[in-house]
Amino acid sequence: MTILLNENARILVQGITGREGLYHSERMYAYAKNVVAGTSPGHGGEWVLDYKVPVFDTVRDAKESTQADTSVIFVPAFHAADAIMESIEAEIGLIVCISEGIPIKDMLKVRALLEHSESRLIGPNSPGILTPGKAKAGIIPGSIALPGKVGVVSRSGTLTYEVVQALKKAGVGVSTCVGIGGDPIVGTSFVECLDLFESDPHTDQIVLIGEIGGNEEELAADFILNHVTKPVYAYIAGRTAPENRRMGHAGAIIEGKTGSARSKIESLLRAGVQLFSYPEEIAEIIRI
Amino acid sequence: MKLHEYQAKLFFSREGIPVPKSGLANTPIEARQIAAEIGYPVVLKAQVLSGGRGKAGGIRLVRGDAEIETTANLIFNSEIRGIPVHRLLVEKAIEFSQEFYLGIVNDRSLAKPILILSSSGGIEIEEIALTAPEHIEKKPINPLIGLQNYTVRALASKLGIDYSLWKPLQQIAASLWRLFDQLDATLIEINPLVVTPEKTLMALDGKMTIDDNAIFRQKDFLEVSDQTAETPTEQEAKKFSLNYIQLNGNIGCMVNGAGLAMATMDCIQQAGSEPANFLDIGGGATADKVTAALSIIIKDPKVTAVLINIFGGITRCDEVARGLAAVLPEMRRALPIVVRLEGTNAEEGKKILEPYPQLLQADTLMAAAEIAVRASKQVAS
Repeated sequence: MTILLNENARILVQGITGREGLYHSERMYAYAKNVVAGTSPGHGGEWVLDYKVPVFDTVRDAKESTQADTSVIFVPAFHAADAIMESIEAEIGLIVCISEGIPIKDMLKVRALLEHSESRLIGPNSPGILTPGKAKAGIIPGSIALPGKVGVVSRSGTLTYEVVQALKKAGVGVSTCVGIGGDPIVGTSFVECLDLFESDPHTDQIVLIGEIGGNEEELAADFILNHVTKPVYAYIAGRTAPENRRMGHAGAIIEGKTGSARSKIESLLRAGVQLFSYPEEIAEIIRI
Repeated sequence: MKLHEYQAKLFFSREGIPVPKSGLANTPIEARQIAAEIGYPVVLKAQVLSGGRGKAGGIRLVRGDAEIETTANLIFNSEIRGIPVHRLLVEKAIEFSQEFYLGIVNDRSLAKPILILSSSGGIEIEEIALTAPEHIEKKPINPLIGLQNYTVRALASKLGIDYSLWKPLQQIAASLWRLFDQLDATLIEINPLVVTPEKTLMALDGKMTIDDNAIFRQKDFLEVSDQTAETPTEQEAKKFSLNYIQLNGNIGCMVNGAGLAMATMDCIQQAGSEPANFLDIGGGATADKVTAALSIIIKDPKVTAVLINIFGGITRCDEVARGLAAVLPEMRRALPIVVRLEGTNAEEGKKILEPYPQLLQADTLMAAAEIAVRASKQVAS
């Protein structure tokens, strides 16, 4: 089981001939051998990864020839919304967008299209999904996690690696690790991931890694209070962040009264979540 | 990116939204010349990117030629919430009987723009929301279809706005939506939108924020961009595509990844000090970029220790180490530098840094923060 991604995933990489697309396709292939296709306009008919992976011009062609069901997007920001929409139109079930810097207007259109489709989008500005020992869709290093029963969901990249590796050092494994992305408008929310983890029989406990900006964590707290029975641990980054400055992630900004770390921490505490105050502390507080 | 009032008003007037006659003055003499052209009374308005300009003395009414230069001087020589005033908007003073608020802003949770109308304009919308929430109405806009007139009528009707104003309100809202959509705005506000004695609507103040991610296709803004809100060091960091924000503490930090950079800042505070900056070198940083990053951090005279925290994924720790090694011999300030390398090629990185005894190495993030704070206090004492 696990959520979103398992050993049966057939991965398609959009932008597979680009520097990053190619590098990470190699990493994904090395991890689980399930990269089945790539797209790159004008490169249809070529092969990459030592003739193991065929390249197509369009997502629809790639899907028809290879039955790809999961797309990972590495195209530059100004083409990324277009790439997501191409996958939605081709009815790809799971779309994982790694690209960072997509204009918000484009993402609003993507979200409006998603409402009328069967596709699920993770990201953009996401490190992807890692289901340890089974598959990876994105850039999370496979070496940092053991297979196990803790679900991890986060808005950031390297901060997540830090937490997951701390778990590994303590001998604790992960069912699935999902990076929902650091942008203000993303395809899948904390709440949706919590819901999936709550119903996943292979997840026993959940770690949520949030940060300043928006109200995703407050909504997650409400959901946890009313719908989650499994223990939840959370970390919120940005307690020292100033107001009205974008802290790297486009979504990480305290605007007026919205988005402060304090508000998020208080909401999560009220929902019975155990907070940890620095990334490595998870290894000390998690019950095994 | 936030636009100044005068910039927003240029766009308003381009789209047919009525605004008072005005001109932009760089000196008190220019202010007098502009006022003579448009006629008294005029309002002088400091063009700074800050709310509460009125309360801070940045907006003043001038009735005649005798007082204009003195008043302009007064504003030019003041600071509005710490920001110096370089330009004044000299604007015809307008009489009005009613003040509205009209805005479009992206709602993160709905993933839609929303149209907001209030019958109690003139104060900030957050304040209206607290004091008179019943005077605010809002509705989402379908981004695939755009704003339709019925949405505007629905809000106007709920707020009991006089029917004679619905048509101009629809026209102004339509213009506002065109600007929002064409310019990749994340927020546009007219506040106040006033009713003049002739029963027409006019935009007396305006705010616009443009999506930073869309600047690449909004070439107009590359020119109007006002960097006065950024420190010189922040502007320099931009040249190296470094995400750097100057803060008030004394532990400089360099991290790969925005979330981890924030977490590192928080660890510094938890260890008993404050971060001097936020700095994300991004993914896959080269040695050159690391060199530039360290040079920028230590330019801040407040910095008494540096904490470098790298969790190698795409970023290779050996590459980071090479970048550090390049700048260390040239450092004029003998600052304690704590380095914590983890992940991709961490062992190679640590080896490269072995010949530099001024570097303190740490295995965990929290330990690194504690060592940096301790070292910084020794330097200070």
